[in-house]
Amino acid sequence: MAKVPLDHATVDACRAAAAAIADDVQRFIDRHTTVGLERTVARAYGVTGADPEGTPLANALVDRIHKAGHTGRGVAYFLGRALYEGASSAQEAAEQIAYGGASLDVEGGPTTNECRGALELETQKAIARIDEARHARERFKSRFPEAELPLKYVIVATGNIYDDAVQAKAARFAGADIVAVIRATAQSLLDYVPEGPTTEGYGGTYATQENFRIIRKAADEASEETGKYLAQTNYSSGLCMSEIAWMAAVERLDMLLNDAMYGILFRDINMERTFVDQYFSRRIVARSGIVINTGEDNYLTTADAVEKAHTVLASQFINEAFARRAGLSDEQMGLGHAFEIDPWLEDSFLFEVAQAQLIRQIFDKHPIKWMPPTKFKTGDVFHSHVHDAMFNLAGIMTHQSIELLGMFSEAIHTPLLMDRFLALKSAKYVFGTARHLGDEIQWKPGGIVERRAKEVLHLAHELLVQVKGDGIWDAIGRGAFGDVKRKRTGGKGHAGVAARDPEYLNPILDELEGGR
Amino acid sequence: MAKWLRAYGDREGDGMVQMTFTLAILPGDRAREAAKRFAEAHGLKDPLVTTMEQCSQQHTYFVAYGHSAHQIDVDTIDIAELAAKPLSREQIEAMGKELGRKIVVVGACTGSDAHTVGIDAILNYKGFAGEKGLESYKCFDAHNLGAQVENVELAERAKALGADAILVSQVITQRNCHKENAAALIDLLKKQGVRDKFLLLLGGPRIDNKLALELGYEGGFGPGTKPSMVAAFVAEEVIRRARGKQVDPRR
Repeated sequence: MAKVPLDHATVDACRAAAAAIADDVQRFIDRHTTVGLERTVARAYGVTGADPEGTPLANALVDRIHKAGHTGRGVAYFLGRALYEGASSAQEAAEQIAYGGASLDVEGGPTTNECRGALELETQKAIARIDEARHARERFKSRFPEAELPLKYVIVATGNIYDDAVQAKAARFAGADIVAVIRATAQSLLDYVPEGPTTEGYGGTYATQENFRIIRKAADEASEETGKYLAQTNYSSGLCMSEIAWMAAVERLDMLLNDAMYGILFRDINMERTFVDQYFSRRIVARSGIVINTGEDNYLTTADAVEKAHTVLASQFINEAFARRAGLSDEQMGLGHAFEIDPWLEDSFLFEVAQAQLIRQIFDKHPIKWMPPTKFKTGDVFHSHVHDAMFNLAGIMTHQSIELLGMFSEAIHTPLLMDRFLALKSAKYVFGTARHLGDEIQWKPGGIVERRAKEVLHLAHELLVQVKGDGIWDAIGRGAFGDVKRKRTGGKGHAGVAARDPEYLNPILDELEGGR
Repeated sequence: MAKWLRAYGDREGDGMVQMTFTLAILPGDRAREAAKRFAEAHGLKDPLVTTMEQCSQQHTYFVAYGHSAHQIDVDTIDIAELAAKPLSREQIEAMGKELGRKIVVVGACTGSDAHTVGIDAILNYKGFAGEKGLESYKCFDAHNLGAQVENVELAERAKALGADAILVSQVITQRNCHKENAAALIDLLKKQGVRDKFLLLLGGPRIDNKLALELGYEGGFGPGTKPSMVAAFVAEEVIRRARGKQVDPRR
C-alpha cells in the first residue's frame, strides 16, 4: 500500500505539545462562561420563542442578566431560583425575568444547591431530549446500507429553505451521502439565532432550528425513496456556536462544521469567547454522537498551500487536543484539510497526495474531511472540472473519509442543480475507476512524496513546539495560522465573556462532563 | 466598415456554440424534442442534443450543439476601458519616487461578504498568479482590513490613515446586493464631505469598469486582474492629482 514513512516519535511529540497548548486554554475555559453558552443552557431548559421584533427569549433573558453583571452565576441559577419559588416551567421563569422585571438580586434567596435541586428534573429532561434524538437517528440510519468511503458531501445554498429541501433531495438522487446547507454569509457574526423558517439569505440560508427540521425531513424522505441514507450537516460556528450545536443535537443532524480556532482567524471573533464556546458546543456534540468537521482547509486560502501546509497539520493536532478535552472520540473528529496548491506548479499533485496520505496515517481512526480546490478556480468550468477530477483521484488514492465535492462553477455562483449532478457523476467515476489504486502501488523510497511528507511533519512539530512556548494566545497574535493575526482581547463578542462566580451553576454542563 | 463577429467552431462563419441546461422534464422523446426547441428558441440552427440524462427526481440535464444565427457588430460596442496602461514594477516604483512619499491604500471586503480571495490577491505581499501584491511595493503603504467590514468603519479607517485610495471588494453577491453596498459607500463619503479626498476602486468577479463608473467609482476591476494593474492605475491617478490636476472629470 502507498504509505509514507512515519516517524512515530515525532507524531507523539506533536500530540504532547498540542496537549500542553490545549491544557493552557482549558484552564481559562473552566473558569469562564459566555452569553452564548448561557443562552444554550436556557434553550436546553426549554426556553423558546422570540418577541415581535424577532429577539429570541433566550437573548432577552441572558442580556438582562448580563447587564446586571450576573452572567458569572449562570442562567441556570436564575431559572432554578424561579422554579424553587414556584414558577411552573423554565419558559415561564425566563419570561418573568426577561419581560416581567423579576428581581435579579442575588443576595439571600435559595442557595445554589437548592436551585440545582429545583432544576434536577428539567436537567434530566434536557439530556434525555438529545439522547433520544441520537438514538432515533441511529435507529433510522441502521436501516440503510453503509455508504462507501469517501462519503460524497455536497452543498446547497439557495437562500430559501424550501428550495434547499428540493435541492437536497435531488442531491441524494444524484448520489450524495451528505448534504450541507450553506449558511448566509453574515450569520456567524449575529449574536442570536433567528427563529422559524427563512426564505431570504445572501450566499446561503440561515441556520435556524426550524430550517434544520425542514432539511431533516427532506433528507429522511430522500433516504427512504432511494434506499440510501442522506446525512445532514450545518455550521456550529460564529458567535452562536454552542446554541447551534444544541439545536442540531435536538434535530438529529449527523455532522457539524466546528473548529476550535476558525472563528478567531476568519471571522475575527474574540479568542476567549471562541475557546469557551467551542468547548461547550463540543460537549453537546460528543454526547450526541455528531461528527465534527474542522476548518483547516481555510488556512490554505489565505496562506500559501505549499509553504504553509504544516500549519494545517499543526492545527489538526490542536483541534484534536481540544476535542479530546470535550469528550469527543477519534471517530467523531473529521479533521479538515484541502487540495489548494497552485495547479500549475510542477508536481503539485504529488505534494497534495503526500499531505493527504500523511494526514490519513497520523489520524487513522478519524473521519478525515478533504476539501476541494477553490482558490485557483476560475470561470473556465471545463478546466475546473478537470481540476476537481484530480482532487477526486487524490482523495480515493489516499482513502479520505469525507470528501466535499468540488463544483466546476465554484468561482461563479452557488451550485446549480446541474453543477452538483456533474460533480457527483465525476466523483462516482473517479472513485470507481481508481478504487484500489492506493493499495496497489508504493511510493519510491526517498522520492518526492516521501520527502514532502517528512518535511511537513517536521515543520508541524517545530511550529507546535513554538506555539507551546508562546502559548496559543500569543501565537495567534503573531499569525501562526493562516497568516492571520488576532489579539486576545480584540475581535467581536469579547464583551460577552464572563468569569465564573464561585457559585456558578450549570447542571447541563456538569451532566455533559459526567462528573469530570 | 462594420466588423461582424460570429462564433467560430472549425469553419469561418459556422456560428458553432454549445449549450448546457436543465429542464423540469424526465428523459424521453418528448424531452429531447423540448431541448431541441429550447435551443432553437435561443437562435441555434440545426441543434443536436448530445446528452440527455436525468439529474434529479424531476429534472433532466442536456448538452446541445448548434449553429448560432447571431452576429455582433464590434464597432457599435461602447465600453469604458480603463485608462491605465500596463506598467512594470520599476515604472510604478519610479512614480512613487517622484511623489516623494508613500501612497496609502486601504482595502476591504465590505458588508456581509466574507470572501477575501480578491482583496488578498491584490493587496497582500503574496499576491496571486506569480505576481506580488501592493504590500510588496516600496511606494505603497497598503492596509488590508479583511472581511465583513462595514462602510462606516472603512470610511473611518481611510480618513484616519490619510488614504489616497480605497479598494472595495465584493465577491459573494445575490440579487444585486454588491451594487447597493458599493453605492452606499459613495453616498456615505459624500455625506461626510470627503468623497473627493479618495480615489475609489471596486473589484470582484461580477464587477467591470463600466459598472464601477456607474456606481460612482473611478475604476472597476473584474476577474483576472493582476496586482500590477491596480498598482499602475492608483499610482498614475495619485501622481496626476499631486500635479494639481482635477479629480477624474468622468464622475
